[in-house]
Amino acid sequence: MAEPALELRDLNKAYGALTVTDHVSLALPDGEFHAIIGPNGAGKTTLIHQISGLVPSDSGSVWLGGRDVTGLSLPERVHRGLVRSFQITSILPGFSALENVALAVQAHEGSSFRFFGRAREEARLNAPAMQALEEVGLGNRASVRAGLLSHGEKRQLEIAIALAARPRVLLLDEPLAGTGPEESAVLIALMQRLRGRMTILLIEHDMEAVFALAERVSVLVYGRIIASGPPAAVRDDPEVRTAYLGEEGG
Amino acid sequence: MSMTLLYVQTLNGLQLGVLLFLIAAGLTLVFGVMDFINLAHGVQYMIGAYLAAMFTAMTGNFFLGLALALPSALAFGLLLEFLIFRHLYDRDHLDQVLATFGIILFLNQAVKVVWGAAPLSVPIPDALSGSIRLMDGLLYPVYRLAIIGSGLAIAVLLGILVSRTRIGMLVRAGASNAPMVSALGVDIGKLFMVVFGFGAMLAGFAGAMVAPILSVEPGMGDNLLILTFVVIVIGGIGSVRGAFIAAILVGLVDTLGRVFGPMLLRALMDPSAASQAGRALAPMLTYILMAAILFFRPAGLFPAKK
Amino acid sequence: MMMPPESGPGFLKREAVPVLVFVLLALVPVAATFGAESYLLSLVTRVMIFAIAALSLDLILGYGALVSFGHAAFLGLGGYAVGILSAHGQTDALVQLPLALAVSALFALITGALSLRTKGVYFIMITLAFGQMAFFLAVSLAAYGGDDGMTLPGRSRLFGLDLIKNDRAFYFAVLALLLASYLLCRSIVVSRFGRVIRGARENPQRMAAIGFPLFRYQLAGYVIAGTLCGLAGFLLANQAEFVSPAYMTWQRSGELIVMVVLGGLGTLHGAIIGAAAFLLLEEWLSGFTEHWKMIFGPFLVLVVLFARGGLMGAIRRIGGGGHG
Repeated sequence: MAEPALELRDLNKAYGALTVTDHVSLALPDGEFHAIIGPNGAGKTTLIHQISGLVPSDSGSVWLGGRDVTGLSLPERVHRGLVRSFQITSILPGFSALENVALAVQAHEGSSFRFFGRAREEARLNAPAMQALEEVGLGNRASVRAGLLSHGEKRQLEIAIALAARPRVLLLDEPLAGTGPEESAVLIALMQRLRGRMTILLIEHDMEAVFALAERVSVLVYGRIIASGPPAAVRDDPEVRTAYLGEEGG
Repeated sequence: MSMTLLYVQTLNGLQLGVLLFLIAAGLTLVFGVMDFINLAHGVQYMIGAYLAAMFTAMTGNFFLGLALALPSALAFGLLLEFLIFRHLYDRDHLDQVLATFGIILFLNQAVKVVWGAAPLSVPIPDALSGSIRLMDGLLYPVYRLAIIGSGLAIAVLLGILVSRTRIGMLVRAGASNAPMVSALGVDIGKLFMVVFGFGAMLAGFAGAMVAPILSVEPGMGDNLLILTFVVIVIGGIGSVRGAFIAAILVGLVDTLGRVFGPMLLRALMDPSAASQAGRALAPMLTYILMAAILFFRPAGLFPAKK
Repeated sequence: MMMPPESGPGFLKREAVPVLVFVLLALVPVAATFGAESYLLSLVTRVMIFAIAALSLDLILGYGALVSFGHAAFLGLGGYAVGILSAHGQTDALVQLPLALAVSALFALITGALSLRTKGVYFIMITLAFGQMAFFLAVSLAAYGGDDGMTLPGRSRLFGLDLIKNDRAFYFAVLALLLASYLLCRSIVVSRFGRVIRGARENPQRMAAIGFPLFRYQLAGYVIAGTLCGLAGFLLANQAEFVSPAYMTWQRSGELIVMVVLGGLGTLHGAIIGAAAFLLLEEWLSGFTEHWKMIFGPFLVLVVLFARGGLMGAIRRIGGGGHG
């Protein structure tokens, strides 16, 4: 059997007496689109932080393509193909959209200890960056300062940045947060296009989007995975209905 | 003989330590609660010393002078807070550095204009003059013991204040998580003003207490301020307990290092090289200590923020 | 290889300020022949030396948002390298300068590696403390003058010749080095490396999340800045023919920050203008009163509270546009 693209083994995290991640184990086969849902405060974002290496775990391990990456830092994990986006938009507002993406290309194209030559004019960096921008539908906004983009465009830009880092596993932390219906339709279509091209772990509030996109869904409540399976099965799981869906009124 | 020297220098180190603590205690909370860098805290110490010198000369009594200097130092601190500091809270660190640097430039010069460029001296009060025999062959000035004693007493009081009272609890909570405290409905601006004023008064008290044993002069707070920073870095920003332990540590290392460092080196290498190396190394010892602690604990010994 | 500035019709307009700055600096010796030659030459030489120091600080402060409060230490290290070697009879710049740069780089590497593990207020305090450590080291060097500093036997020699003994020759040497430093810094900030440093200023977390381990880039930037400031120290010692611990007081570090901010952060030519503005203001105000700091201190507070973007920013606002 092939190694899972991403595997979490018994991850734990507590802040003082508050347990935020409680014995989380999960395996994503190569190419799977997996979604994690859960009520507010379930510990979804902390879990993404732990997987990406932003926050150290108290115990447990993270495996990428059969290799233990638990001891690696955030940038090191990115170089192994584990790339994430942020729930709160995280871009370089003073740089153009193109430069935002070109920097991500630069991180993976040769050394950045180069002190001469204009980075902004390097075709080696700009061409793949432009390609990623076009992929997310921002091709015509390349020269706009990222800080001036609309909220939805910033979310698209974030995905372009992540794509430019050539992820094998992509962690998306609530990409639809704060977007209007039109903006989220664009983003959902984008995620649809990415499906199958890489392994994706999506954290999302928008139930409709999750059930439309994901092949498998896990439900996180108080830091614990209470159910995991195909969307239809999870939706009908009685424990999930009482613990989560019922609470949301859905 | 050498043991006596050790005792005397240990007491001197303690004295420097409690002074550093008095200055650091308020400052570490200001840093912790507001994430605000205040370079002008050293001038509070200087102002305290000048105020004590002035009021002592006016009243002819050190204790009366001290009693007048403390509220004046507090008032002065609050005035600065009102005029300048509160406009800097939401600025970035660079703005805070620049503005408080400007305050230092102004005040170091202003005291020259007001009180003259020559150092002032304050006589040691009669009640605390002379020396006391602590043990065979060990005489120590009463006044210096009084500094140590009052410093330790304030440390204990402050410890109780911070750990047992409501305002202390808020301050501690603010140092570890300021947004949470303001979410509780506490006016963080007012809390900061209290902390700031209190810190200014403690630094002023330190300045007033050393006025009789050091010369009161412009810029006297500058070098002490940097040692205070070392204390805060070692102790961990926002931690009063860390500040106390680090202050005593720095006071002892600095004082004992200068005296015994060269002596120890002399035992290891030839005398002239040892005295050269010793004199060069001793003043760096505190900073080397800081570097070593930072290497193992980048957030200091007792970080308030987790 | 130095990056040639692009030519073309927009060039002069875009580069008007830096071009003007360097043209003016090149013309000073001509103007100086009409009177007060040695005063003017020595004042502007000093301005240019501090401009190199301010440039180097702008590299990490303006472009990297690293508030380093110990930068004057490198002025002292560069200066003492000259002083100590001279005291031992080694007066050749070909030995002195590489050593001055190497010592500065090494100090930057060690202190930078420790301070860059921290952020914000910690970083400011720790760089300040390391700067003070260098200061105390100089004070305790009794063999080299201790507190009082030491007088050099003369300026550095090049190939055994007194090439920069003449004030005018020294002026042009400093001008050339300033221009070279300026072009080097400009090249760095637009390079791949500079883009990483600038990105870290805007959003360090984002930079880490696209795969940049920032520590090593910031440390490299810190070492470059420290080394360049060591060059300024080397020149300062040569100009004054004197070195003392006063080169590296923490107030001097503060003044360097003030210079960078006065000229406008992250503009490079602003650092040169800021150094000139600060030193000339100091010269001018202290002509009025010995208490010039009582004027300058509040001025600084007012600049922070009311004039964001430094002097150049204020001038641009008042002038309603200007360049860029």
